[in-house]
Amino acid sequence: MAERVVDRQNQYLRIEGVTKRFGDFVAVDNVSLGIFKGEIFCLLGGSGCGKTTLLRMLAGFESPTAGRILIDGQDMAGIPPYERPVNMMFQSYALFPHMTVAANVAFGLEQERIARPEIDRRVGEMLDIVKLGEFAKRKPHQLSGGQRQRVALARALVKKPKLLLLDEPLGALDKKLREHTQFELINLQEQLGVTFVVVTHDQEEAMTLASRIGVMNKGQIVQVGTPTEIYEFPNSRFVADFIGSVNMFEGRLIEDEPGHVRIRCEELDTTVFVSHGISAAPDARVFVAIRPEKIEMTRGQSADGENCVGGVVREIAYMGDLSVYLVRLDGGRMVRVTIPNIERHDERIVWDERVVLRWQPSSPVVLTQ
Amino acid sequence: MVAAPYLWLFVFFAVPFAIVFKISFSYMVTTQPGYAPLFEWIEEAQRLVATFNVANYQVLLQDSLYLSTFLYSLKVAAISTVLCLLLGYPMAYAIARSAPTTRNLFLMLIILPFWTSFLLRVYAWIGLLKTNGVINNALLALGVIDQPLVLLYTDFAVYVGIVYSYLPFMILPLYSNLEKHDLTLLEAASDLGARPVKAFFKITLPLSMPGIVAGCLLVFIPAVGEFVIPSLLGRTDQLMIGTVLSAQFFGARNWPVASAVAIALLLLLLLPILLFQRYQQRELEASRR
Repeated sequence: MAERVVDRQNQYLRIEGVTKRFGDFVAVDNVSLGIFKGEIFCLLGGSGCGKTTLLRMLAGFESPTAGRILIDGQDMAGIPPYERPVNMMFQSYALFPHMTVAANVAFGLEQERIARPEIDRRVGEMLDIVKLGEFAKRKPHQLSGGQRQRVALARALVKKPKLLLLDEPLGALDKKLREHTQFELINLQEQLGVTFVVVTHDQEEAMTLASRIGVMNKGQIVQVGTPTEIYEFPNSRFVADFIGSVNMFEGRLIEDEPGHVRIRCEELDTTVFVSHGISAAPDARVFVAIRPEKIEMTRGQSADGENCVGGVVREIAYMGDLSVYLVRLDGGRMVRVTIPNIERHDERIVWDERVVLRWQPSSPVVLTQ
Repeated sequence: MVAAPYLWLFVFFAVPFAIVFKISFSYMVTTQPGYAPLFEWIEEAQRLVATFNVANYQVLLQDSLYLSTFLYSLKVAAISTVLCLLLGYPMAYAIARSAPTTRNLFLMLIILPFWTSFLLRVYAWIGLLKTNGVINNALLALGVIDQPLVLLYTDFAVYVGIVYSYLPFMILPLYSNLEKHDLTLLEAASDLGARPVKAFFKITLPLSMPGIVAGCLLVFIPAVGEFVIPSLLGRTDQLMIGTVLSAQFFGARNWPVASAVAIALLLLLLLPILLFQRYQQRELEASRR
């Protein structure tokens, strides 16, 4: 895949302190964001977190209660959807059922003063890009889900918007098709140089699509970063828990040095040594988050020392490429460990075996909020 | 159980239709039951004699009265239908787009007049439209006019009566169509650069065609055969076909001609019904996934 051209100097879309209230309910709470030209920015969050409301404000279907939205430096306040330089791909696709595929795609161009031959040329071109040339005369109900999704994409892209908003673009597709479409979407984005703002509740979708992710919770953006940053360095328990799975242990800061910290975790009955400094008050209550794939598991009776605990295997879920183990620690706490299935006939650890869990000092993330 | 609707249709539609069809080919007689039998057993000749009288239909074609009433009825029904559509569409649209709680109230108001007798409601218009009626008196009192307007016994009065009586039949199918529309389609149209008016004509109007067709037929078909409204409110020099029909049946007691008129009217109305059926069939096929 070619390196995406993201112009980090050019904040094409600026969201400044945007709030949206519906009666007493605060759907979007003082959100500020800058989105660069040419990137794929994912707004990720659970249902009701305000991500869709934010997207609808960008499209112009809702107006902010407070704050400003600037697209290419222009304040969008009071500008109706039909005059905004953005297009949206709807979650339901919202294809016009009484029009053919070609007429659906042509609709946007017909609203501008463009000559018919030019419209036909651009529609044909766009349908070729999404590989739907032969379906031009079909009606939406004669298409499969994947084909409809591509019509919706073609219809939104044919006007050559600088900014494309996508609401759960892959939500209605089955798993195999999603993966395929995901990469097609990225290729298309690179090819056309459009800035994408994608709303999704699916972290996998966000991880593969996005150049940056904004995690939303209760109307607020809680963290913005690249997929790696979000996954490896979550800034809060919410983000650590929301993205991927994580083992979270409560502890007390007992040693706080610039280069390392020690945390006493009662649940683990051991001390966690972390090879990076954190900013927290001494003796503070903190949380240690360790991803399941960052834990090593070996057979063994007892565990001594830091970053090392003993337990018994209680559950195994074989996923093909990897296996998920649930290990019950001697203190009673369950820990999730994932082990890649490298060998086929390995003597794998089985139920009720005693194991020792270990992790690198660099692996845990210490969270204070 | 499946046969029940067919049985119903057979007993209350097919059989009466056959009887009317039979009578339409009979000769009129002054004795009971008012028409001669089609088939008669002649004892002396020992044979069955069938007597068909096509003159009843010839009368319809030759007597210009029938042709002009047919045409007038079609004209009145067509204009009333268009008026109902122009009035009913915005009303149905407003109801479909209103909040769910007020929506039920509006629907109730549309249906409420049915709680009063149809005949009474038409009679009430006489009181409103007559020379010293409510409307004229109000306009005179306000000084808008110096002389009472001639409202009653005019085409205008017939249109008022028909539009008033049949408007709910236009609004209800339109409402049930408009209410089902997916509003994100309008958002999509707006997003693609269409102003609201353009989006209405490009999206909402074409998608409401089934409702428009259903509403128009529900108004047009009964309006063509309407006889109460034109008899009470309409002109005396120009009758509608329904009035002629009832006059032949009850006034002249010429059942054969009246039956022929009824059959001709039915054939006339069959055309729009068949068109509607074909349209529905097409819609059904289009919506099948």
